[in-house]
Amino acid sequence: MKILVPCKRVPDPDQKPRLNADGSNIDDVAVSFILNPFDAIAVEEALRIREVAHPDTEIVAVGICPVDGEAELRTALAMGADRALLVEHAGMSDPWNVARLLAAVVEREQPGLVLMGKQAVDDDSNQTGQFLAALLNWPQATFASQLEFFDGGLRVHRETDLGIEIIRVTLPAVVTADLRLNEPRYASLPSILKAKKKSIEHTTPAELGVALEPRVQLLSMEVVNSQRQCEQVSNAADLLARLREAEVIE
Amino acid sequence: MKTLVLMEHDGVALRSGSGEALGFARAVTEDVTALVLGEGIAAMTAEASKFAPVLAADNAALANSVADRWAHVIAEVARNHNAELVVATSTTWAKDIVGRAAGLLGGAMASDVIGHELEGGELRLRRPMFAGAITATITLKGSPQIITVRSSAYDTPAPAATPFAINAVSVDVDALPSGMELEGVDRRIDARPDVTEARIVVSGGRAFKGSEDYERLVGSLADRLGAATGSSRALVDAGITPNSLQVGQTGKIVAPDLYLALGISGAVQHLAGMKNSRVIAAINRDPDAPIFEFADFGLIGDVYEEVPRLIEQLKSSQ
Repeated sequence: MKILVPCKRVPDPDQKPRLNADGSNIDDVAVSFILNPFDAIAVEEALRIREVAHPDTEIVAVGICPVDGEAELRTALAMGADRALLVEHAGMSDPWNVARLLAAVVEREQPGLVLMGKQAVDDDSNQTGQFLAALLNWPQATFASQLEFFDGGLRVHRETDLGIEIIRVTLPAVVTADLRLNEPRYASLPSILKAKKKSIEHTTPAELGVALEPRVQLLSMEVVNSQRQCEQVSNAADLLARLREAEVIE
Repeated sequence: MKTLVLMEHDGVALRSGSGEALGFARAVTEDVTALVLGEGIAAMTAEASKFAPVLAADNAALANSVADRWAHVIAEVARNHNAELVVATSTTWAKDIVGRAAGLLGGAMASDVIGHELEGGELRLRRPMFAGAITATITLKGSPQIITVRSSAYDTPAPAATPFAINAVSVDVDALPSGMELEGVDRRIDARPDVTEARIVVSGGRAFKGSEDYERLVGSLADRLGAATGSSRALVDAGITPNSLQVGQTGKIVAPDLYLALGISGAVQHLAGMKNSRVIAAINRDPDAPIFEFADFGLIGDVYEEVPRLIEQLKSSQ
Protein backbone atom coordinates (compact mmCIF):
# COMPACT_ATOMS: atom_id res chain seq x y z
CA MET A 1 0.00 0.00 0.00
CA LYS A 2 1.07 3.56 -0.61
CA ILE A 3 0.43 6.20 2.07
CA LEU A 4 0.50 9.88 1.17
CA VAL A 5 1.37 12.18 4.05
CA PRO A 6 0.86 15.92 3.42
CA CYS A 7 3.47 17.88 5.39
CA LYS A 8 2.99 21.58 6.06
CA ARG A 9 5.75 23.92 7.15
CA VAL A 10 4.52 26.22 9.90
CA PRO A 11 6.18 28.94 11.97
CA ASP A 12 7.54 27.43 15.18
CA PRO A 13 4.58 27.69 17.59
CA ASP A 14 6.98 28.39 20.48
CA GLN A 15 7.92 31.70 18.88
CA LYS A 16 5.58 34.63 19.40
CA PRO A 17 4.29 35.62 15.95
CA ARG A 18 5.03 39.19 14.85
CA LEU A 19 3.30 41.24 12.21
CA ASN A 20 4.94 43.08 9.36
CA ALA A 21 4.92 46.87 9.34
CA ASP A 22 1.47 47.37 7.77
CA GLY A 23 -0.21 44.62 9.81
CA SER A 24 -1.22 42.75 6.69
CA ASN A 25 0.46 39.46 7.53
CA ILE A 26 2.99 37.63 9.68
CA ASP A 27 6.52 38.97 9.45
CA ASP A 28 8.19 35.73 8.42
CA VAL A 29 11.69 37.10 7.83
CA ALA A 30 12.99 36.07 11.26
CA VAL A 31 10.66 33.12 11.66
CA SER A 32 11.97 29.58 11.96
CA PHE A 33 9.76 26.93 10.47
CA ILE A 34 9.01 23.41 11.63
CA LEU A 35 6.98 20.49 10.35
CA ASN A 36 3.41 21.01 11.57
CA PRO A 37 3.27 18.92 14.79
CA PHE A 38 0.05 17.15 13.72
CA ASP A 39 1.65 16.21 10.39
CA ALA A 40 4.62 14.76 12.29
CA ILE A 41 2.11 12.55 14.11
CA ALA A 42 0.73 11.47 10.71
CA VAL A 43 4.25 10.62 9.47
CA GLU A 44 4.84 8.59 12.65
CA GLU A 45 1.60 6.68 12.19
CA ALA A 46 2.52 5.84 8.60
CA LEU A 47 5.88 4.53 9.83
CA ARG A 48 4.16 2.35 12.42
CA ILE A 49 1.81 0.95 9.78
CA ARG A 50 4.87 0.02 7.72
CA GLU A 51 6.62 -1.46 10.75
CA VAL A 52 3.68 -3.49 12.02
CA ALA A 53 0.67 -4.05 9.79
CA HIS A 54 1.93 -3.55 6.22
CA PRO A 55 5.70 -3.96 5.70
CA ASP A 56 5.31 -3.33 1.96
CA THR A 57 4.02 0.22 2.58
CA GLU A 58 5.56 3.07 0.63
CA ILE A 59 5.37 6.42 2.43
CA VAL A 60 5.33 9.56 0.29
CA ALA A 61 5.58 12.96 2.00
CA VAL A 62 4.18 15.91 0.04
CA GLY A 63 4.67 19.59 0.76
CA ILE A 64 3.21 22.71 -0.82
CA CYS A 65 5.62 25.57 -0.21
CA PRO A 66 8.23 27.86 -1.78
CA VAL A 67 10.91 26.20 -3.85
CA ASP A 68 13.46 26.46 -1.02
CA GLY A 69 11.12 25.01 1.62
CA GLU A 70 12.55 21.51 1.58
CA ALA A 71 13.60 21.35 5.23
CA GLU A 72 10.31 20.05 6.62
CA LEU A 73 10.09 17.37 3.94
CA ARG A 74 13.63 16.34 4.92
CA THR A 75 12.35 16.01 8.49
CA ALA A 76 9.76 13.52 7.20
CA LEU A 77 12.45 11.69 5.20
CA ALA A 78 14.73 11.56 8.24
CA MET A 79 11.90 10.07 10.28
CA GLY A 80 11.58 7.36 7.65
CA ALA A 81 9.40 8.43 4.73
CA ASP A 82 10.50 6.76 1.49
CA ARG A 83 10.35 9.78 -0.77
CA ALA A 84 9.13 13.36 -0.91
CA LEU A 85 7.37 15.59 -3.39
CA LEU A 86 7.38 19.38 -3.26
CA VAL A 87 4.69 21.38 -5.03
CA GLU A 88 6.26 24.78 -5.61
CA HIS A 89 3.98 27.55 -4.46
CA ALA A 90 4.82 30.84 -2.77
CA GLY A 91 2.33 33.06 -1.02
CA MET A 92 -1.04 32.52 0.53
CA SER A 93 -2.61 29.12 0.15
CA ASP A 94 -6.00 28.54 1.70
CA PRO A 95 -7.32 25.07 2.61
CA TRP A 96 -9.42 24.85 -0.56
CA ASN A 97 -6.45 25.26 -2.89
CA VAL A 98 -4.21 23.06 -0.78
CA ALA A 99 -6.89 20.35 -0.95
CA ARG A 100 -7.20 20.75 -4.72
CA LEU A 101 -3.43 20.43 -5.16
CA LEU A 102 -3.39 17.39 -2.89
CA ALA A 103 -6.28 15.85 -4.85
CA ALA A 104 -4.19 16.25 -8.01
CA VAL A 105 -1.22 14.59 -6.27
CA VAL A 106 -3.52 11.75 -5.17
CA GLU A 107 -4.65 11.39 -8.78
CA ARG A 108 -1.01 11.02 -9.81
CA GLU A 109 0.26 8.87 -6.94
CA GLN A 110 -2.84 6.69 -6.35
CA PRO A 111 -2.28 6.09 -2.62
CA GLY A 112 -4.49 3.73 -0.64
CA LEU A 113 -4.53 6.09 2.31
CA VAL A 114 -3.92 9.78 2.97
CA LEU A 115 -2.75 10.42 6.52
CA MET A 116 -2.44 14.05 7.61
CA GLY A 117 -2.65 16.33 10.64
CA LYS A 118 -6.10 17.43 11.75
CA GLN A 119 -5.05 21.06 11.64
CA ALA A 120 -2.02 23.22 11.05
CA VAL A 121 -0.95 25.22 14.07
CA ASP A 122 -0.55 28.44 12.09
CA ASP A 123 -4.02 29.12 10.67
CA ASP A 124 -5.82 26.55 12.87
CA SER A 125 -8.46 26.00 10.14
CA ASN A 126 -9.00 22.26 10.51
CA GLN A 127 -10.48 22.02 6.99
CA THR A 128 -7.99 20.59 4.49
CA GLY A 129 -8.49 16.88 5.23
CA GLN A 130 -12.26 17.20 5.06
CA PHE A 131 -12.05 19.18 1.79
CA LEU A 132 -9.70 16.59 0.28
CA ALA A 133 -12.01 13.71 1.25
CA ALA A 134 -14.95 15.59 -0.28
CA LEU A 135 -13.07 16.32 -3.52
CA LEU A 136 -11.99 12.67 -3.84
CA ASN A 137 -15.37 11.35 -2.69
CA TRP A 138 -13.47 9.16 -0.22
CA PRO A 139 -14.53 8.29 3.32
CA GLN A 140 -12.91 10.39 6.04
CA ALA A 141 -11.87 9.68 9.60
CA THR A 142 -11.01 12.95 11.30
CA PHE A 143 -9.37 13.47 14.73
CA ALA A 144 -8.08 9.90 14.85
CA SER A 145 -6.60 8.65 18.13
CA GLN A 146 -6.26 4.97 17.14
CA LEU A 147 -6.13 3.07 13.84
CA GLU A 148 -6.62 -0.61 13.23
CA PHE A 149 -6.74 -2.35 9.85
CA PHE A 150 -9.29 -5.05 9.21
CA ASP A 151 -10.24 -6.90 6.08
CA GLY A 152 -11.51 -4.29 3.68
CA GLY A 153 -10.96 -1.20 5.75
CA LEU A 154 -9.86 0.76 8.76
CA ARG A 155 -11.37 0.95 12.21
CA VAL A 156 -10.71 4.40 13.67
CA HIS A 157 -11.18 5.82 17.14
CA ARG A 158 -12.13 9.48 16.80
CA GLU A 159 -11.91 12.14 19.49
CA THR A 160 -15.17 14.05 19.66
CA ASP A 161 -16.79 16.43 22.14
CA LEU A 162 -19.06 13.61 23.30
CA GLY A 163 -16.37 10.99 23.80
CA ILE A 164 -14.49 8.48 21.66
CA GLU A 165 -16.40 7.59 18.51
CA ILE A 166 -15.48 4.38 16.71
CA ILE A 167 -16.08 4.25 12.97
CA ARG A 168 -15.24 1.89 10.12
CA VAL A 169 -14.18 3.32 6.78
CA THR A 170 -13.49 1.60 3.50
CA LEU A 171 -10.20 2.28 1.71
CA PRO A 172 -8.98 4.45 0.13
CA ALA A 173 -9.71 7.04 2.80
CA VAL A 174 -8.47 10.28 4.32
CA VAL A 175 -7.48 10.08 7.98
CA THR A 176 -6.58 13.16 10.04
CA ALA A 177 -4.42 12.70 13.13
CA ASP A 178 -5.23 13.98 16.59
CA LEU A 179 -2.67 14.47 19.34
CA ARG A 180 -3.14 11.14 21.07
CA LEU A 181 -2.59 9.00 17.97
CA ASN A 182 1.07 8.57 18.86
CA GLU A 183 4.22 10.34 19.97
CA PRO A 184 6.44 11.05 16.95
CA ARG A 185 9.98 9.71 17.08
CA TYR A 186 13.06 11.88 16.83
CA ALA A 187 15.13 11.21 13.75
CA SER A 188 18.58 9.81 14.48
CA LEU A 189 21.65 11.70 13.33
CA PRO A 190 22.57 9.08 10.68
CA SER A 191 19.06 9.21 9.23
CA ILE A 192 19.13 13.03 9.23
CA LEU A 193 22.40 12.92 7.28
CA LYS A 194 21.00 10.31 4.92
CA ALA A 195 17.84 12.36 4.37
CA LYS A 196 19.97 15.35 3.39
CA LYS A 197 21.27 13.42 0.41
CA LYS A 198 17.91 12.17 -0.84
CA SER A 199 16.55 14.03 -3.82
CA ILE A 200 13.18 15.68 -3.46
CA GLU A 201 11.04 15.72 -6.57
CA HIS A 202 9.61 19.11 -7.47
CA THR A 203 6.43 19.88 -9.35
CA THR A 204 4.17 22.90 -9.81
CA PRO A 205 0.43 23.62 -9.67
CA ALA A 206 0.52 24.09 -13.45
CA GLU A 207 2.12 20.66 -13.97
CA LEU A 208 -0.59 19.20 -11.78
CA GLY A 209 -3.22 20.96 -13.88
CA VAL A 210 -4.51 23.09 -11.02
CA ALA A 211 -5.26 26.80 -11.44
CA LEU A 212 -5.48 28.34 -7.98
CA GLU A 213 -8.76 30.01 -7.09
CA PRO A 214 -8.49 31.91 -3.80
CA ARG A 215 -11.32 31.45 -1.33
CA VAL A 216 -9.93 33.31 1.66
CA GLN A 217 -8.81 36.91 1.37
CA LEU A 218 -6.80 38.14 4.30
CA LEU A 219 -7.61 41.79 5.06
CA SER A 220 -5.59 42.41 8.20
CA MET A 221 -4.13 40.88 11.31
CA GLU A 222 -3.75 42.13 14.83
CA VAL A 223 -1.76 40.83 17.74
CA VAL A 224 -3.99 39.88 20.66
CA ASN A 225 -2.79 41.37 23.92
CA SER A 226 -4.22 40.67 27.31
CA GLN A 227 -6.62 43.38 28.43
CA ARG A 228 -6.51 42.16 32.00
CA GLN A 229 -4.82 43.71 35.01
CA CYS A 230 -3.95 40.99 37.46
CA GLU A 231 -4.80 41.90 41.03
CA GLN A 232 -2.58 39.96 43.39
CA VAL A 233 -4.40 38.57 46.42
CA SER A 234 -2.62 37.54 49.59
CA ASN A 235 -4.35 34.30 50.55
CA ALA A 236 -7.13 31.81 49.81
CA ALA A 237 -9.77 33.67 51.84
CA ASP A 238 -8.93 36.89 50.04
CA LEU A 239 -9.26 35.15 46.66
CA LEU A 240 -12.71 33.80 47.53
CA ALA A 241 -13.81 37.23 48.76
CA ARG A 242 -12.75 38.85 45.50
CA LEU A 243 -14.50 36.14 43.44
CA ARG A 244 -17.69 36.70 45.45
CA GLU A 245 -17.47 40.44 44.81
CA ALA A 246 -17.12 39.68 41.12
CA GLU A 247 -20.28 37.58 41.49
CA VAL A 248 -18.78 34.50 39.86
CA ILE A 249 -19.12 32.27 42.94
CA GLU A 250 -21.71 32.17 45.71
CA MET B 1 -28.45 36.79 2.63
CA LYS B 2 -30.20 33.43 2.39
CA THR B 3 -28.84 31.52 5.35
CA LEU B 4 -28.98 27.93 6.49
CA VAL B 5 -28.11 27.13 10.10
CA LEU B 6 -27.15 23.56 10.95
CA MET B 7 -28.55 22.38 14.26
CA GLU B 8 -26.40 19.84 16.07
CA HIS B 9 -28.06 17.29 18.33
CA ASP B 10 -27.19 14.11 20.20
CA GLY B 11 -30.21 12.10 19.05
CA VAL B 12 -32.27 13.29 22.01
CA ALA B 13 -32.04 17.08 22.11
CA LEU B 14 -30.36 19.98 20.35
CA ARG B 15 -26.88 20.62 21.66
CA SER B 16 -26.86 23.86 23.60
CA GLY B 17 -24.30 25.47 21.30
CA SER B 18 -26.55 25.34 18.23
CA GLY B 19 -28.30 28.49 19.42
CA GLU B 20 -25.12 30.53 19.08
CA ALA B 21 -24.92 29.72 15.35
CA LEU B 22 -28.48 31.04 15.09
CA GLY B 23 -27.36 34.14 16.99
CA PHE B 24 -24.63 34.80 14.43
CA ALA B 25 -27.00 34.19 11.50
CA ARG B 26 -29.63 36.55 12.94
CA ALA B 27 -27.01 39.24 13.46
CA VAL B 28 -26.12 39.03 9.75
CA THR B 29 -29.52 38.56 8.09
CA GLU B 30 -33.25 38.08 8.60
CA ASP B 31 -33.44 35.22 6.07
CA VAL B 32 -32.57 32.33 8.38
CA THR B 33 -33.65 28.69 8.03
CA ALA B 34 -32.62 25.90 10.38
CA LEU B 35 -31.67 22.44 9.12
CA VAL B 36 -31.96 19.33 11.30
CA LEU B 37 -30.76 15.91 10.08
CA GLY B 38 -31.17 12.47 11.58
CA GLU B 39 -33.76 9.83 12.25
CA GLY B 40 -36.66 10.38 14.64
CA ILE B 41 -35.88 14.06 15.09
CA ALA B 42 -39.35 15.47 15.89
CA ALA B 43 -38.28 16.79 19.31
CA MET B 44 -35.28 18.58 17.85
CA THR B 45 -37.17 20.10 14.91
CA ALA B 46 -39.87 21.34 17.31
CA GLU B 47 -37.21 22.97 19.48
CA ALA B 48 -35.51 24.54 16.44
CA SER B 49 -38.84 25.87 15.15
CA LYS B 50 -38.99 28.25 18.10
CA PHE B 51 -36.18 30.19 16.45
CA ALA B 52 -36.55 29.86 12.66
CA PRO B 53 -38.37 27.97 9.92
CA VAL B 54 -37.04 24.41 9.89
CA LEU B 55 -36.04 21.99 7.15
CA ALA B 56 -36.08 18.43 8.50
CA ALA B 57 -34.17 15.61 6.81
CA ASP B 58 -35.61 12.71 8.79
CA ASN B 59 -34.48 9.41 7.32
CA ALA B 60 -33.32 6.01 8.58
CA ALA B 61 -30.21 6.34 6.38
CA LEU B 62 -29.20 9.33 8.54
CA ALA B 63 -29.60 7.54 11.86
CA ASN B 64 -25.92 7.99 12.68
CA SER B 65 -24.09 11.21 11.91
CA VAL B 66 -21.35 9.88 9.66
CA ALA B 67 -19.59 12.57 7.67
CA ASP B 68 -19.91 11.29 4.11
CA ARG B 69 -23.69 10.84 4.20
CA TRP B 70 -24.54 13.86 6.30
CA ALA B 71 -22.27 16.21 4.36
CA HIS B 72 -23.84 14.98 1.12
CA VAL B 73 -27.33 15.83 2.37
CA ILE B 74 -26.25 19.19 3.82
CA ALA B 75 -24.68 20.15 0.49
CA GLU B 76 -27.79 19.04 -1.44
CA VAL B 77 -30.12 21.03 0.81
CA ALA B 78 -27.84 24.09 0.65
CA ARG B 79 -27.90 23.97 -3.17
CA ASN B 80 -31.66 23.43 -3.41
CA HIS B 81 -32.25 26.19 -0.88
CA ASN B 82 -29.90 28.54 -2.81
CA ALA B 83 -28.13 29.22 0.45
CA GLU B 84 -25.55 32.01 0.36
CA LEU B 85 -24.46 31.37 3.90
CA VAL B 86 -24.24 28.07 5.83
CA VAL B 87 -23.56 28.39 9.56
CA ALA B 88 -22.83 26.00 12.41
CA THR B 89 -21.33 26.28 15.87
CA SER B 90 -17.71 25.18 15.97
CA THR B 91 -17.65 21.73 17.57
CA THR B 92 -15.92 18.49 16.61
CA TRP B 93 -19.18 17.53 14.87
CA ALA B 94 -19.18 20.68 12.74
CA LYS B 95 -15.45 20.55 12.01
CA ASP B 96 -15.90 17.02 10.68
CA ILE B 97 -19.20 17.15 8.83
CA VAL B 98 -19.64 20.80 7.91
CA GLY B 99 -16.00 20.86 6.82
CA ARG B 100 -16.74 18.07 4.37
CA ALA B 101 -19.97 19.77 3.23
CA ALA B 102 -17.92 22.92 2.56
CA GLY B 103 -15.59 20.81 0.42
CA LEU B 104 -18.62 19.77 -1.65
CA LEU B 105 -19.82 23.37 -1.88
CA GLY B 106 -16.68 25.04 -3.22
CA GLY B 107 -14.49 25.51 -0.15
CA ALA B 108 -15.28 29.10 0.88
CA MET B 109 -15.07 28.40 4.60
CA ALA B 110 -14.05 30.21 7.77
CA SER B 111 -13.64 28.29 11.03
CA ASP B 112 -14.02 29.51 14.61
CA VAL B 113 -15.37 32.95 13.78
CA ILE B 114 -15.40 35.27 16.83
CA GLY B 115 -16.72 38.48 15.30
CA HIS B 116 -18.02 40.03 12.09
CA GLU B 117 -18.91 43.26 10.30
CA LEU B 118 -21.08 43.84 7.26
CA GLU B 119 -19.25 46.36 5.09
CA GLY B 120 -21.25 47.33 1.97
CA GLY B 121 -22.72 43.85 1.69
CA GLU B 122 -19.33 42.21 2.27
CA LEU B 123 -19.10 39.98 5.29
CA ARG B 124 -15.84 40.57 7.14
CA LEU B 125 -15.00 37.84 9.59
CA ARG B 126 -12.63 37.83 12.53
CA ARG B 127 -11.03 34.55 13.50
CA PRO B 128 -8.15 33.48 15.73
CA MET B 129 -4.93 32.12 14.27
CA PHE B 130 -1.62 31.00 15.81
CA ALA B 131 -3.34 29.60 18.91
CA GLY B 132 -5.22 32.85 19.35
CA ALA B 133 -2.09 35.03 19.45
CA ILE B 134 -3.34 36.74 16.28
CA THR B 135 -6.82 37.74 15.21
CA ALA B 136 -7.17 37.83 11.43
CA THR B 137 -9.88 39.69 9.54
CA ILE B 138 -10.83 37.89 6.34
CA THR B 139 -13.47 37.78 3.64
CA LEU B 140 -14.52 34.67 1.77
CA LYS B 141 -14.64 34.50 -2.02
CA GLY B 142 -17.25 32.25 -3.58
CA SER B 143 -20.74 31.16 -2.60
CA PRO B 144 -22.07 29.75 -0.41
CA GLN B 145 -19.88 30.94 2.43
CA ILE B 146 -19.59 28.29 5.12
CA ILE B 147 -18.90 29.56 8.61
CA THR B 148 -18.43 27.95 12.00
CA VAL B 149 -18.67 30.28 14.98
CA ARG B 150 -17.22 30.04 18.47
CA SER B 151 -20.12 29.56 20.84
CA SER B 152 -18.64 32.03 23.33
CA ALA B 153 -18.77 34.83 20.76
CA TYR B 154 -22.52 34.87 20.08
CA ASP B 155 -25.71 34.49 22.09
CA THR B 156 -28.75 32.34 21.44
CA PRO B 157 -31.59 34.58 20.17
CA ALA B 158 -34.86 34.78 22.09
CA PRO B 159 -37.47 32.23 20.94
CA ALA B 160 -40.44 33.54 18.94
CA ALA B 161 -43.93 33.67 20.50
CA THR B 162 -45.33 31.25 17.92
CA PRO B 163 -43.25 28.51 16.36
CA PHE B 164 -42.16 28.67 12.72
CA ALA B 165 -43.11 26.09 10.09
CA ILE B 166 -41.37 22.73 9.81
CA ASN B 167 -40.93 21.30 6.32
CA ALA B 168 -39.60 17.88 5.44
CA VAL B 169 -36.85 17.58 2.86
CA SER B 170 -36.62 14.34 0.93
CA VAL B 171 -33.42 12.31 0.97
CA ASP B 172 -32.34 10.37 -2.12
CA VAL B 173 -31.03 7.34 -0.25
CA ASP B 174 -29.59 5.69 -3.37
CA ALA B 175 -27.30 8.66 -3.97
CA LEU B 176 -25.78 8.59 -0.50
CA PRO B 177 -22.14 7.56 -0.09
CA SER B 178 -21.65 4.40 1.97
CA GLY B 179 -17.96 4.26 2.86
CA MET B 180 -18.39 5.04 6.55
CA GLU B 181 -20.20 3.21 9.35
CA LEU B 182 -20.53 4.14 12.99
CA GLU B 183 -19.60 1.29 15.31
CA GLY B 184 -20.21 2.99 18.62
CA VAL B 185 -19.50 5.89 20.92
CA ASP B 186 -17.63 5.49 24.16
CA ARG B 187 -19.30 8.37 25.95
CA ARG B 188 -17.52 10.40 28.51
CA ILE B 189 -18.82 9.18 31.86
CA ASP B 190 -18.49 12.02 34.28
CA ALA B 191 -20.77 13.18 37.05
CA ARG B 192 -19.40 16.70 36.64
CA PRO B 193 -20.73 19.23 34.13
CA ASP B 194 -19.23 19.30 30.62
CA VAL B 195 -16.21 21.57 30.52
CA THR B 196 -17.55 23.47 27.49
CA GLU B 197 -20.93 24.13 29.06
CA ALA B 198 -20.13 24.79 32.74
CA ARG B 199 -20.42 28.22 34.38
CA ILE B 200 -17.25 27.57 36.40
CA VAL B 201 -14.23 25.55 35.29
CA VAL B 202 -11.51 24.48 37.72
CA SER B 203 -8.46 23.47 35.77
CA GLY B 204 -5.19 21.85 36.83
CA GLY B 205 -1.71 21.93 35.30
CA ARG B 206 1.75 20.53 35.65
CA ALA B 207 1.91 21.21 39.40
CA PHE B 208 -0.21 18.12 40.07
CA LYS B 209 1.89 15.00 40.37
CA GLY B 210 -0.71 12.27 39.91
CA SER B 211 -4.36 11.38 39.26
CA GLU B 212 -5.11 11.04 42.97
CA ASP B 213 -3.71 14.46 43.77
CA TYR B 214 -5.64 15.93 40.86
CA GLU B 215 -8.90 14.37 41.99
CA ARG B 216 -8.37 15.19 45.67
CA LEU B 217 -7.56 18.85 44.97
CA VAL B 218 -8.95 19.97 41.59
CA GLY B 219 -11.87 17.51 41.70
CA SER B 220 -12.92 18.35 45.27
CA LEU B 221 -12.70 22.09 44.70
CA ALA B 222 -14.75 21.74 41.50
CA ASP B 223 -17.43 19.78 43.35
CA ARG B 224 -17.59 22.44 46.09
CA LEU B 225 -18.22 25.04 43.39
CA GLY B 226 -20.50 22.92 41.19
CA ALA B 227 -17.85 23.33 38.52
CA ALA B 228 -16.47 21.30 35.63
CA THR B 229 -12.86 20.15 35.73
CA GLY B 230 -10.32 20.88 33.04
CA SER B 231 -6.65 20.35 32.54
CA SER B 232 -3.63 21.50 30.61
CA ARG B 233 -2.09 19.34 27.94
CA ALA B 234 0.83 18.46 30.23
CA LEU B 235 -1.45 16.42 32.51
CA VAL B 236 -3.11 14.67 29.57
CA ASP B 237 0.27 13.76 28.11
CA ALA B 238 1.37 12.47 31.53
CA GLY B 239 -1.71 10.24 31.67
CA ILE B 240 -2.99 12.05 34.77
CA THR B 241 -6.20 13.38 33.18
CA PRO B 242 -8.28 12.00 30.28
CA ASN B 243 -8.04 13.92 27.02
CA SER B 244 -11.71 14.92 27.19
CA LEU B 245 -10.64 17.43 29.86
CA GLN B 246 -7.91 19.15 27.87
CA VAL B 247 -8.44 22.88 27.43
CA GLY B 248 -6.41 24.62 24.74
CA GLN B 249 -5.68 25.18 21.07
CA THR B 250 -5.90 21.49 20.29
CA GLY B 251 -8.47 20.59 22.94
CA LYS B 252 -11.63 22.26 24.19
CA ILE B 253 -12.27 25.98 23.87
CA VAL B 254 -14.09 27.27 26.95
CA ALA B 255 -15.38 30.65 28.10
CA PRO B 256 -17.05 30.21 31.48
CA ASP B 257 -17.93 32.96 33.98
CA LEU B 258 -14.99 31.83 36.10
CA TYR B 259 -11.87 29.95 35.04
CA LEU B 260 -9.73 28.90 37.96
CA ALA B 261 -6.24 27.95 36.74
CA LEU B 262 -4.38 25.90 39.33
CA GLY B 263 -0.70 25.24 38.81
CA ILE B 264 -0.99 26.12 35.12
CA SER B 265 1.93 28.14 33.76
CA GLY B 266 -0.06 29.60 30.86
CA ALA B 267 1.50 28.38 27.63
CA VAL B 268 0.04 30.17 24.61
CA GLN B 269 -1.61 26.91 23.50
CA HIS B 270 -3.48 26.69 26.80
CA LEU B 271 -4.40 30.38 26.83
CA ALA B 272 -5.99 29.86 23.41
CA GLY B 273 -8.57 27.63 25.06
CA MET B 274 -9.63 29.81 27.99
CA LYS B 275 -8.60 33.43 27.66
CA ASN B 276 -12.10 34.59 26.74
CA SER B 277 -13.46 33.48 30.11
CA ARG B 278 -15.27 36.30 31.93
CA VAL B 279 -13.14 36.14 35.08
CA ILE B 280 -9.83 34.29 35.31
CA ALA B 281 -8.14 33.51 38.61
CA ALA B 282 -4.79 31.75 38.88
CA ILE B 283 -2.75 30.12 41.60
CA ASN B 284 0.89 29.45 40.79
CA ARG B 285 4.15 29.21 42.69
CA ASP B 286 6.02 31.14 40.01
CA PRO B 287 5.25 34.89 40.19
CA ASP B 288 6.48 35.24 36.60
CA ALA B 289 4.17 32.56 35.18
CA PRO B 290 2.53 33.93 31.99
CA ILE B 291 -0.91 32.88 33.29
CA PHE B 292 -0.88 35.95 35.58
CA GLU B 293 -0.79 38.27 32.55
CA PHE B 294 -4.14 36.81 31.52
CA ALA B 295 -5.68 36.61 34.99
CA ASP B 296 -7.88 39.05 36.87
CA PHE B 297 -6.86 37.66 40.26
CA GLY B 298 -3.58 35.98 41.10
CA LEU B 299 -2.45 34.11 44.20
CA ILE B 300 1.22 33.24 44.37
CA GLY B 301 1.47 29.96 46.20
CA ASP B 302 1.70 26.20 46.06
CA VAL B 303 -1.52 24.52 44.90
CA TYR B 304 -0.88 21.68 47.37
CA GLU B 305 -1.24 24.24 50.17
CA GLU B 306 -3.66 26.79 48.73
CA VAL B 307 -6.28 24.47 47.24
CA PRO B 308 -6.97 22.66 50.57
CA ARG B 309 -7.35 26.11 52.15
CA LEU B 310 -9.87 27.11 49.48
CA ILE B 311 -11.82 23.89 50.07
CA GLU B 312 -11.77 24.47 53.87
CA GLN B 313 -12.93 28.07 53.45
CA LEU B 314 -15.79 26.99 51.20
CA LYS B 315 -16.79 24.25 53.64
CA SER B 316 -16.92 26.64 56.57
CA SER B 317 -18.98 29.20 54.65
CA GLN B 318 -21.62 26.71 53.52
